[in-house]
Amino acid sequence: MNYVILGNSTAAVGCIEGIRSVDPQGTITVISDEPYAAYSRPLISYLLYGSTTEEKMRIRPDDFYEKMKVKTFLGKKAVRVDSGRKAVALDSGESIPFDRLLIATGSRPFVPPMQGLDKVGKKFSFLTLNDAKALESVLTSESRVLIVGAGLIGLKCAEGIRGRVGSITVVDLADRILPSILDEAGSEMVKKHIGQNGIKFLLGDSVAEFEENRAHLKSGGAVDFDVLVVAVGVRPNTELAAEAGCEVGRGVAIDEASATSVPGIYAAGDCCECRDITTGQRRVLAILPNAYLQGETAGVNMAGGEKSFANAVPMNAIGFFGLHVLTAGSYDGEEIVETKPGVYKKLIVKDHLLKGFILIGEIARAGIYTSLIREQTPLDTVDFELLKQKPQLMAFTAERRAVKLGGAK
Amino acid sequence: MKRVYVNEEWCLGCHLCEYNCAFAATGETDMAKALKGVTIHPKIQIEENNRISFAVSCRHCDDPICVKSCIAGAISKTDGVVHVDKSKCVGCYTCILVCPYGAVMPAPDGHAIQKCELCTDNACGEPACVKGCPNGAIVFEER
Repeated sequence: MNYVILGNSTAAVGCIEGIRSVDPQGTITVISDEPYAAYSRPLISYLLYGSTTEEKMRIRPDDFYEKMKVKTFLGKKAVRVDSGRKAVALDSGESIPFDRLLIATGSRPFVPPMQGLDKVGKKFSFLTLNDAKALESVLTSESRVLIVGAGLIGLKCAEGIRGRVGSITVVDLADRILPSILDEAGSEMVKKHIGQNGIKFLLGDSVAEFEENRAHLKSGGAVDFDVLVVAVGVRPNTELAAEAGCEVGRGVAIDEASATSVPGIYAAGDCCECRDITTGQRRVLAILPNAYLQGETAGVNMAGGEKSFANAVPMNAIGFFGLHVLTAGSYDGEEIVETKPGVYKKLIVKDHLLKGFILIGEIARAGIYTSLIREQTPLDTVDFELLKQKPQLMAFTAERRAVKLGGAK
Repeated sequence: MKRVYVNEEWCLGCHLCEYNCAFAATGETDMAKALKGVTIHPKIQIEENNRISFAVSCRHCDDPICVKSCIAGAISKTDGVVHVDKSKCVGCYTCILVCPYGAVMPAPDGHAIQKCELCTDNACGEPACVKGCPNGAIVFEER
């Protein structure tokens, strides 16, 4: 069997490990336009912060590709997938044949049209290791940095570089930060904490026009800057899949086996859309655990095994300047809210299921809540009053605990 | 593979497992000296409510979701032990977000996580929590 993987990040690593759990012999080829062994994209902010290194960012040991018997084409770009001839064309002119293909092409920064953006010399995205290196190369202790976008990427970038620049201003059209994972109260709490660490926010505002070192805002003000980071959002890289004939919505459509609509072609990670079990809706769940699980599922199935990943949920663990934020699921339902100094906790219940949660500042054992969401545990089978107090296994029946902790079948 | 299992009905709620866990991590020889006046950060934790109590520590799952979810590639499983490489861990707490047992926790310094590694990360040789349990409420065996 001849396996080809487009992309070389978490989904690809999951796929390789999935294939090798079934098929120790088949030929695996990985193609990526990035010239690096698989590294953690989310760690680029930690790299600039100084809490990791380029070597430590690699998500597998140095001998991973050799041990897994993987042939790599790194620094080469796949430009076309011919699903009829079953071959991938590279920008170098080579053609790589496949029996089973994984499309794990990730996403790219979305840069909306902004007037005058072409006049800005030092402008960056913040998604890849090369982005981080390019940004780092221009930073000085005097730099005035303007970040457009108060989402996960923009704010992790802000944290990562805060200690090595003069000032950071974050502007966002939305009137609050991190709207993809937080409610209003949570946003406010995290914003206050980040603000206390020297980041200035201009929310509910946007850039009307750029000059080389000045952003004129819609509200009428202006921000002078030396370095611009655009972190408005990302878009899935779906073009190769679409040309190959795969069904594509917002992302490449995959089922619970990570299969696309074209036989023999699978997809995983940030380029995909899948079903979020907390809402039943299909969406792009661009989070690292999903990328691994989808990739691993694809790999097992590509190799002729059977694996299903049927309980994808949104979830994020993120921290800013020591304040940790853990969230999961969706937020439509009855709310149970608890606040105390430095802590915000919200559980969301609907249809007798835990659908989502937001934990800020007090995050111990959050995975017990996440497991209730992922396993869709009916809340009348657990002691939910205990769970409201804190995540604990005591809330399960003695029989369930005997399975969880006692090895009972 | 041998694992730490809980016999809930035998647990006295004495918390000795927590102290033995914390003591094993110090590498010291005298428990009283090592732990006196110290806030302990054990990797095994007692839950108690009414008259029920039991210890919870890493299950070293067959299909460990912490390993698969780790954004830094810092958690791996070798020879039945789920291990965290603290030099790679950046303390994002994704593993805490996904562990269904609540068995992963921040390390005391907050910059990484910690979890039970069956005392393979210290000189104890066998799980200290099990060795010190006075009533056989936690055992290390095949089941």
